[in-house]
Amino acid sequence: MRIVEKAQLMSAAEIDRTLQRVAHEIVEKSGGTKHLALIGIVRRGVPLAQRIAQAMRGIDGVTVPVGVLDITLYRDDLSKVAPQAVLRSSDISFPVDDMDIVLVDDVLYTGRTIRAAMNGIFDLGRPKRVRLAVLIDRGHREMPIEAQYVGRSVQTSTTEIIEVRLREIDSEERVVLVDRVE
Amino acid sequence: MTHHFRDLLALEPLSADDITFVLDQSRPFQEIQRHPLKKLATLRGKTVALAFFETSTRTRISFGTAAARLGADTMNLQAEASSLKKGESLLDTIHTLNAMKPDILVMRHASSGSSDFVARHLDIPVINAGDGMHEHPSQGLLDALTIRERKGTIENLHVTILGDIAHSRVARSNIQLLGKFGCQFTLCGPAMWVPRELEDIGPQGTKIRRVFRVEEALEGADVVLVLRVQTERLHEPALSAGDYVLLYQLSAQRLRGAKPDAIVLHPGPMNRGIEITPEVADGAQSCVLEQVTNGIAVRMALLYLLTVGAPEEGPHPAAEVQPGAPQTTPKRRSTDAKDASHAPR
Repeated sequence: MRIVEKAQLMSAAEIDRTLQRVAHEIVEKSGGTKHLALIGIVRRGVPLAQRIAQAMRGIDGVTVPVGVLDITLYRDDLSKVAPQAVLRSSDISFPVDDMDIVLVDDVLYTGRTIRAAMNGIFDLGRPKRVRLAVLIDRGHREMPIEAQYVGRSVQTSTTEIIEVRLREIDSEERVVLVDRVE
Repeated sequence: MTHHFRDLLALEPLSADDITFVLDQSRPFQEIQRHPLKKLATLRGKTVALAFFETSTRTRISFGTAAARLGADTMNLQAEASSLKKGESLLDTIHTLNAMKPDILVMRHASSGSSDFVARHLDIPVINAGDGMHEHPSQGLLDALTIRERKGTIENLHVTILGDIAHSRVARSNIQLLGKFGCQFTLCGPAMWVPRELEDIGPQGTKIRRVFRVEEALEGADVVLVLRVQTERLHEPALSAGDYVLLYQLSAQRLRGAKPDAIVLHPGPMNRGIEITPEVADGAQSCVLEQVTNGIAVRMALLYLLTVGAPEEGPHPAAEVQPGAPQTTPKRRSTDAKDASHAPR
């Protein structure tokens, strides 16, 4: 079995443009940014959240706090993945009570990660609203969860993998669709 | 990166990398101590057996709280109430407990090596919560976490240990752990409690010296570990409590002889006014309460790592399982790890 790259879904420039658009949409649809906060899901949701926050500063100087959430301890499949599941630190330095929170992740797939993230957030308090922004929505949901802000929706088969590579973590910046072939 | 041990019986066999890994994995659990809602569901459905054949309050409560905050259930066995009083052997008691199907055993026993003995008879992970005068590894880890937080590092520090070192598993675990990171030790206490043999108990090459004047022992110390004095061991004519206070008590004045930023640890429970003055115990350099809080974080990390976080020797989670192909079953590993291959993202 090997992994082959099937297509590039986004270039660095397209990622940047998409995040700018998502930032605009969030500001536009939030009805005020006073209680707005972004929480990036470890790992690639974190730089994405930071970049969206950065883009928001460019839109009439809105400054929103950015938190970091590691969902490992809230997973429902820990006994299956734990040997790989190295815990990372969460860092949400603002009180989440009554906040208007936008969760940020790279890929929305089964929805289980988001389910876990919401459990994590609700352990910290009771936000007023929680929305979701993702760079890629690839379908195949196993939970009643949808994203309000989607960079791009992609039709995929379950054997395919979407790899979001970001310069903060990876050595390059692009989104690719890869497949496992026998 | 993962850990390479199935049980936690002692710190001696662990590598510096393994220890660093456990300390790093304790950090997310420290954050959880600050959450308004401290309970996770991570170990929901798992059972932690707490078998304390020797009385313990704080270690037992600490492990029990750690288990509860991970969402696990606990079974409690305490020496006074147990059938050991009725003549049952240790192994029979352990087998009985194991037949109730816990997922991990935490045990304390007055005999050195007892947890090692028990681990060889069980197929579930065992955590040693203190075995005689041998080791108390979770205490060593929580002390290291506390030191790392306050000093920023656990490398190459000067550590002074005061008190009854010969009988202390806390001292042994600290020397085993910190010795792997290049720390050097000054042991100080009454000569009967600081025998020459202690100079050789550290990891290869560890500098351990014995000093019998407390002022000299504290000179240049980064960390001062004060051990609990068992007051029943203080008696005339060998050494009275009054003599101990006079000669070895850690007072504010004596502590000024250590480095200005030195920190003070005590595993508890403290005998205020005997081995430590209230002024030092409650002073800015004291980490006693941080040790307690960190203890829960370390024990949560240990319970997490040893129950759901299978060690590396198991089948690699990324390995594809061929249908019908023979499974290589590592010795004494539970069935959990076998399911790893069909884990979704």
